[in-house]
Amino acid sequence: MIVPLNHILLVAAALFFMGLSCTLLRRNLVMILIGVEIMLNAAGLVLVAGSAFWQQLDGQLMVLLIMAVTAAEVAVALAMVVYLHGRSGTIDANTFKDMQG
Amino acid sequence: MASVLFYVLAATALLATLLCITRRNPVHAVIFLINAFFALALMFYLLGAPLIAAWEVIVYAGAIMVLFLFVIMTLELSPGPKGPVLSRRQWAPVLLLFLLLLVSAGLILTYDPAGRAGVPQFYAAPRSFGAALFSRYGLAVEIVSFQLLFAAAGAYYLGRRSKARQPEDAS
Repeated sequence: MIVPLNHILLVAAALFFMGLSCTLLRRNLVMILIGVEIMLNAAGLVLVAGSAFWQQLDGQLMVLLIMAVTAAEVAVALAMVVYLHGRSGTIDANTFKDMQG
Repeated sequence: MASVLFYVLAATALLATLLCITRRNPVHAVIFLINAFFALALMFYLLGAPLIAAWEVIVYAGAIMVLFLFVIMTLELSPGPKGPVLSRRQWAPVLLLFLLLLVSAGLILTYDPAGRAGVPQFYAAPRSFGAALFSRYGLAVEIVSFQLLFAAAGAYYLGRRSKARQPEDAS
């Protein structure tokens, strides 16, 4: 018996909202990606806590799959950042507001 | 003892994340985020997930965040203009999100009596973890491996195109 599940959920919720506000409000493309990382980790914390709460392995396996998906997402997104920086010389998200398609 | 450690780690993770999202310089943000990931890894360990804790350090802090650092340093990103990180117009959404967080925290604390029970002691042995991963979730592993391959191909394509484009732009 360590901590109540509620408290873990609260920590995860706080982390998730911090990541969400970072993603929504920062205008730097790298900071937007960092916000996505924070949100994914908050979700992972909930999955691990649920896995321990119900004594099942499935939550932890899902965290592993999330990690793999995150690695793929970060590779493509950072390649996109490098590409956009090469094209316009900046990574400010407002620069790309007239991008189509 | 473990619960005290958990609360200390939770406070560390929250503080490091808060510092991370308010930094102007992306390098500082990444360093704070690595700090938060170490605290999260120890929290995973306390919740009975030693393998996930190890991968959090190896994959997240060791690989993904270093990839971020590589990109930031390759592009030689400047910290940006001086002044507050958020303009005055942006404080309204911050307050809205904070209110949402408070409401959801209140709902979690008042309407979820089952969650007041402590998380029981749990330990996922690596052997049973691997057995479950490659038997019940074998298809998911295959799909994720395909996805990683496609992502690598996509990243390679994007990188190649930007290199091929530069001489065009210069001429």
